[in-house]
Amino acid sequence: MSLDMPKFSDLDALYDEKNAQVATQMYEDPELFAEEMERIFKKTWVFVAHESEFPDKGSFKLSTVGQEPVIVVRDRKGKLHCMVNRCRHRAATVCEVKQGKTSSFQCPYHGWGYGLDGSLRALPYPEQYGDDFDKAQHGLLKLRTESYQGMVFATFNDDIEPLVDFLGSEVCRYIDLFMKQGGGFPVKVLGEHQFTVPMNWKVQLENTTDAYHFPVVHKSFMQTLDGATEEMFDFLDKGKGWVEDLGNGHSVMMMIPELEDLDANLDAPIPERFTDLAQELRDEGYPDAQVRKIVRAVGGAGFNLNLFPNVSLSLAFFRVLTPVSVDRTDIRHMALGMDGGPAAANRARIRLHEHFQGPMGFGSPDDAEVWERIQRGVQGGDDLPILVNRGLVDEEPGVAGPRGHISAETGMRAAYQMWKRMMAQ
Amino acid sequence: MTQMSKIDTKTLLQDVTAFIWAEGAMLDAKEYDAWLDLWTDDGLYIMPIGDGEDYANQVNLCYDNAKMRRDRIGRFHMGFSISSAPPAQTVRTLSRFRIEAQEGAEITVTCAEHVVEDKFGRQRVWAGNVRYVLQVTEGGFKLHSKIVRLLNSDGMLNSFSYLF
Repeated sequence: MSLDMPKFSDLDALYDEKNAQVATQMYEDPELFAEEMERIFKKTWVFVAHESEFPDKGSFKLSTVGQEPVIVVRDRKGKLHCMVNRCRHRAATVCEVKQGKTSSFQCPYHGWGYGLDGSLRALPYPEQYGDDFDKAQHGLLKLRTESYQGMVFATFNDDIEPLVDFLGSEVCRYIDLFMKQGGGFPVKVLGEHQFTVPMNWKVQLENTTDAYHFPVVHKSFMQTLDGATEEMFDFLDKGKGWVEDLGNGHSVMMMIPELEDLDANLDAPIPERFTDLAQELRDEGYPDAQVRKIVRAVGGAGFNLNLFPNVSLSLAFFRVLTPVSVDRTDIRHMALGMDGGPAAANRARIRLHEHFQGPMGFGSPDDAEVWERIQRGVQGGDDLPILVNRGLVDEEPGVAGPRGHISAETGMRAAYQMWKRMMAQ
Repeated sequence: MTQMSKIDTKTLLQDVTAFIWAEGAMLDAKEYDAWLDLWTDDGLYIMPIGDGEDYANQVNLCYDNAKMRRDRIGRFHMGFSISSAPPAQTVRTLSRFRIEAQEGAEITVTCAEHVVEDKFGRQRVWAGNVRYVLQVTEGGFKLHSKIVRLLNSDGMLNSFSYLF
């Protein structure tokens, strides 16, 4: 890196809003990364889990808020808590099981025991701390935790606005539309793919709002589809979709507008790829209207809803990013299905998920490759800008912010503006 | 026990081992068309996540029937997939073979697999437990199912541009 590289205090040099250019340092400066963890991931709402992952009292799952390991757990009263996975005594993690069910958490070092709500319940030989030791002051460090449509977010910032205000009404409207892929049943997490990629977290943040790459990077995936499905994914040539800035760094990329509302136009012919499934459901006794609704839902929604800073509701799944270091990011692809829905429909959704997503999918490995190539590429040409100006030429006002062509980088600009706003505070 | 019991167990273990080593060599050499020919039409190639065994109803890394195997190999061959053009190079060893069951024309074999991959001058090591169900045919063994359970299959992995 050259000596005259922009410092994080020079935010205009790091993200040049007027020309929509990002400085190379944004992907490779460890000091900037440390600032991002403090100013963004410690200050805003971060997606940690989905409520369906906690079916019972005592159900828990390990997650992260930025770099901080957290436990998400449902207590005896059914309330969800998110707390830092660190004993208040000498800092050992109190849980190393990825997901499960428990009645309490106990530190393995000296046996301090915590309830499901994080409160310190008991510790061996407490008298050595004196009479004024207050257990109420030594619970696990808790984060504010709120949910919308089953999506659980947590924050270290007690002063932040309520989750629904942070998301905004347009985002909430799109989340409501996305959840219609429950097909009349609650949406449930069916499993997840996980892989780590040598890239800065913002490369991932950009990608879920990047339709421009799809026909290039995913050509080999497209060629394994039937004709009608391939045409559906050919959203760049059709050009009917759009990308819109929804405020607070959030954006929507509407790839297949006819699948914006899955309940619309249910009388349309069932796509050929789902005719066998539809017949199977009819044979199981589901009435025709419900078969149409379920089959439509199996294919997923027609858009990516990108929520700053770490989750995208992407067509049919959640894509979650966790920043690990300046040049490493963990990715989770959470598969979704219908809670209590027909097993055949959930099987179909799982097979579609495996087809594209995860370490062995027909899509993700090619994504991972180009993301790593970015991290390799920024080793050269420190002074060259990264361009996110595509589509500025014909952007128009949308409902909540600018709206551009389906291949426009409008969503990236939305994210970088929010990035800048948060880094300035 | 069936007809298989007439075969000397040591000879069977040798034959099975030779077949699986040949399959492993094919995968390292990326002789994928030959690999496709090793399968029965109804064979399943599965890489599960976690301990579950209800493969059809759970999310796996892959759950490949004949069509998915052909499509996967087609994707490797076409040259449009940036992760597999060029792919990582691999060297694997397979060992700790055990014949778990012989029933009719089917033999269940388990073994350990270690794969070292190399790309961008970086090497990664993977280990997995493999369970094969082989079918005995006139033309030799066929793969009826192959289930590769990676260590840490439910943890953070990388993306793979080759087969285990």
